[in-house]
Amino acid sequence: MTMPFYVAPEQVMKDRAEYAQKGIARGRSLVATTYDQGIVIVAENPSRSLHKVSEIYDRIAFAGVGKYNEFDQLRVAGVRHADTKGYAFSREDVDARSLANLYAQFLGNVFTHEMKPLEVEILVAELGDQGRADQLYHVAYEGTISDQDDFAVLGGDAETIAERFRTRFRRGWTLPEALVACVAELAGPERELGPSDLEVAVLERGAERRAFRRVQGEELARLLEEGRAAGAGPAEGGPVDG
Amino acid sequence: MSLPIFPPGADPGPDFAALLRRVEPAALPWWLGGAGGPPEGARGLRDGRPGHLPHGTTVVALRFADGVVMAGDRRATEGNFIAHRSMEKVFPADRHSAVAVAGAAGPAVEMVRLFQTQLEHYEKVEGVALSLEGKANQLGQMVREHLPMAFQGLAVVPLFAGYDLRRQTGRIFTYDVTGGHYEETDHAATGSGGRDARTTIKLGWRPGLSRAEAIELAVRALYNAADEDAATGGPDAVRGIYPVVALVTAEGYSRVAEDEVAARFADLLARGLGRER
Repeated sequence: MTMPFYVAPEQVMKDRAEYAQKGIARGRSLVATTYDQGIVIVAENPSRSLHKVSEIYDRIAFAGVGKYNEFDQLRVAGVRHADTKGYAFSREDVDARSLANLYAQFLGNVFTHEMKPLEVEILVAELGDQGRADQLYHVAYEGTISDQDDFAVLGGDAETIAERFRTRFRRGWTLPEALVACVAELAGPERELGPSDLEVAVLERGAERRAFRRVQGEELARLLEEGRAAGAGPAEGGPVDG
Repeated sequence: MSLPIFPPGADPGPDFAALLRRVEPAALPWWLGGAGGPPEGARGLRDGRPGHLPHGTTVVALRFADGVVMAGDRRATEGNFIAHRSMEKVFPADRHSAVAVAGAAGPAVEMVRLFQTQLEHYEKVEGVALSLEGKANQLGQMVREHLPMAFQGLAVVPLFAGYDLRRQTGRIFTYDVTGGHYEETDHAATGSGGRDARTTIKLGWRPGLSRAEAIELAVRALYNAADEDAATGGPDAVRGIYPVVALVTAEGYSRVAEDEVAARFADLLARGLGRER
């Protein structure tokens, strides 16, 4: 029997992290932010049928970047977890925090115990109600979980985009304003993104039990138009005064 | 609870009942493949008749110009007792369909809850909603699995109706206890007062009814059913309890406000309904 070469654990983890980061960096990024009526998630995604952003439950949405088959498996698991819990207990008992924790545990487990880490980063967004604030849980490939109140950026260029986005973000802005900012910062200074390059969905406060809604086609084009006309126009890319 | 992830060969797909069977069998009733077995003896029966458990009674559905109207009375009975005065028997199944139930109240409501979850689960996992025909088939399978309970006197007989977005019309499906389902062309009624309700609808129905006419016909049918059948509850002006009336159109499911149903009844009474002795 041959003995395997000894590799220091630090090196193993470093190699795995590098591998996962490379995989994630190959895909396009995604921005989620709160606005006056809810949460909007904007992903760069030319496909109309392979979604990066999806519905999990009444007030919970899911978004993933990286390898499609891997985050889609996690999405389906989330739907299954939420529906099972809501059926066994009650719809009110389904919350994003416990789901995000499950994702974190699963990703952490795979990262340390499996040959190959998952090349994904995911976002679990929950629309707040009755005094509870909106929540954005960001779970990284190795199971690190962080929760954000205002906005979250996922993907290869996350840091640069988040840096730029921070200067534009305003609490309580409208959907067109938020959309235009998301699209501009996803694109960066050198590119332009049109409605056909984008996948947009919102969790919207309102009468409907299921708050998740896709914003697409003419509605998306109209909202972008509105946002550009409403004042993001003059200070191209610069901070917007509150 | 852990994250429900399955190996490719053992994936339950978009089937919610199959998923529950795997991860939370205690939450499923045994007759839908959950934990436990059939109850010993026939506990729901008293002298061979379903006496101990609440039973829901009359529900109706009819097509009109924009889709379908579905309505149900509010009474549940335990033998000759009134178990509930304000039970609801008409439910949204999903955005574009409705389900109404007659029969043993407990299993009926449980079946509706599972059916609702099943439709939403499928839509979320697959990314598209089932066709109306697919939904009707799903419900038929649940009724069929419930057949052993029907033999113990705990039958559940649903009525399913929805707006078919592909054909752009309202459609109605009726069921028998074996899970057999049949598409009705224009209207349907089931439950203990179903026969009387059907007679009323048959006399008053014509193609292209307006929304107001359709609601009026549905409540009139329930009134006549309550007039003849002791287990069907009529309008209760003293307590302010009126039938549940729901519409399913291209815009989706909507429940008609109780005030409007009360006003329809007042209207019908003013025009002579119930004056015959």
